Amino acid sequence: MSAAEEVVTEAPAVEAVPKRAMTLGYGTSLVVLAALILTPLFVKNFVIFQMTMLLIYGLAVLALNILTGGSGQFSLGQSAFYAIGAYTTAILMEHFNVNYALTLPVAGVICFGAGFLFGQPALRLSGIYLALATFALALAMPQLLKLGFLEHWTGGVQGLVVTKPDAPFGLPLSQDMWLYYFTLAVSIGIYIASVNLLRSRSGRALMSIRDNEIAASAMGVNVALYKTLAFGVSAGITGIAGGLGAIAVQFVAPDGYTITLAISLFVGMVVGGVGWLPGSIVGSAFIIFVPNIAEGISKGLSGAVFGVLLFLVIYLVPHGARQVALVAQQLTAKLKRN
Amino acid sequence: MELFANQVLAGIATGAIYACMALAVVMIYQAIDHLNFAQGEMAMFSTFMSWQMMQWGVPYWWAFILTVILSFIGGILIERLLFKPLAKAPVLTNVAGFIALFAIVNSVAGLIWDFTIKQYPTPFGSSPFLGSQLISTHQAGMVGVTVLLLAGLYFFFQFTRIGLAMRAAASLPESARLVGINTSWMIALGWGMASAIGAIAGMLIAPVVFLEPNMMGGVLIYGFASAVLGGLSSPLGAVIGGFLVGVFENLAGTYIPGVGNELKLPIALALIITVLVVKPAGLFGRPIVKRV
Repeated sequence: MSAAEEVVTEAPAVEAVPKRAMTLGYGTSLVVLAALILTPLFVKNFVIFQMTMLLIYGLAVLALNILTGGSGQFSLGQSAFYAIGAYTTAILMEHFNVNYALTLPVAGVICFGAGFLFGQPALRLSGIYLALATFALALAMPQLLKLGFLEHWTGGVQGLVVTKPDAPFGLPLSQDMWLYYFTLAVSIGIYIASVNLLRSRSGRALMSIRDNEIAASAMGVNVALYKTLAFGVSAGITGIAGGLGAIAVQFVAPDGYTITLAISLFVGMVVGGVGWLPGSIVGSAFIIFVPNIAEGISKGLSGAVFGVLLFLVIYLVPHGARQVALVAQQLTAKLKRN
Repeated sequence: MELFANQVLAGIATGAIYACMALAVVMIYQAIDHLNFAQGEMAMFSTFMSWQMMQWGVPYWWAFILTVILSFIGGILIERLLFKPLAKAPVLTNVAGFIALFAIVNSVAGLIWDFTIKQYPTPFGSSPFLGSQLISTHQAGMVGVTVLLLAGLYFFFQFTRIGLAMRAAASLPESARLVGINTSWMIALGWGMASAIGAIAGMLIAPVVFLEPNMMGGVLIYGFASAVLGGLSSPLGAVIGGFLVGVFENLAGTYIPGVGNELKLPIALALIITVLVVKPAGLFGRPIVKRV
């Protein structure tokens, strides 16, 4: 409202998370891993399917976490990359009969390219403006997928049906269980790669951009390159998650990838703790199970119950699951000392 | 040429909707530095309240005034009860709070008034305006109210003490506190005003898009886009942005082949992103200079 230029000291919108605090301890990681490997042996197929989706959304939240928690850029457009990945996998599997496992790297590479390209104009934007640009991408994606001249490939509004793969080598596993372990293997691989990425030179460069862009560029960090790379990597991982999602749900359609998905992924990141990679799975659990619980409590008011639960979470732990983990860590340290 | 003029006129008519909403968006952005995702839902709820009053037999203008007052109080209450405790939480947590508020308001409105589409009266009548088929008296009235609102806001911010205090609190909170401005209450006031403007926008939009709990979804997106296009720090920019988006959307739908209703939105958004890439602070926003 005033004509004067505003001069601000740039306070980072995303809190600085030291890189050691980004992962779980060695022992805890093993316990979580064991739980993830053993649980499916004792539960029903539907629960296995839900756990598969848990891992898939976990990957997508992880990807957003690398972008926001790592490089400090917002995105409300992750659903667009998820959709591109899902459609890549579905089209390759159904039109070209490519093996499902081989479609995932392709989906990843295509989404990396898409993210990298989108990152270029996004370089000029930050904060709320970047959020709006990505929001626009997410809104446009379902419409683009419905376009007439793509209909031969995408199946238009109807979408495509994807066949679920059988377990290979005659392993005595049900389709659901095989897919779960397959997803688990992919997720672990990506998780380890992400942790290493953030601990590397590139990861430090990203975090320096997050904490203070001007200082980072003064220290010789190629801000433009790393920001677009972060977009690319994040989109690539989201794309792989999308591909896995297409196989697990056995169906892709434009209306499965609306802005609601992007908002869910965002909520998942906040609940899990921004910048804390293991929190991704907690956030993913929140966005998968809490709407179901809300529906269980009250059919008509499920939205309100979801909102109230989300409010409760952000009041009690404004920093998400990371805060819980920190408190737990301090408690165990205290117990050990006594 | 006549087609062009008519389409521009129709664009201004839709643009008035976006301009109203954009004004509410800018108000809240001035006060709290965030885009409030629940803004549209709050406006929808206000509109339903006024509808309910009219069902009980309250005349239109009384319902209008009562709703604006109630929305103002409601906005302040929401800030005091829900968002003040989050003032120290990270920015992204606040955004999650807006999403939660969105879900709650939408769901509660659906439960009270159900999801059927309702007619909403207009005080301006809906006959053609000055003989034009494309713009009705209601839409002309809407443009008029938007301009009045803008003038009122300009007067408030430029010539009243409290307007000055709000501007100070928004631009430099710490210095504002030092000269004795209660910045916390200025934020609450910003919420109240945004909520009241949203209520006016909702009551003007409802006769056009019809009243139902999801009526604001599309409008809010355009409202955001308009506000960002015009520059989030400028109410005048937001209104001009609203009209520009409305006009452009109509022209794109008319003149670019292959753009039906489906592609209007992506094209309008693509335009906005292009503008932002060239002018990152929006058309009328003031650039922010950062230092280390």
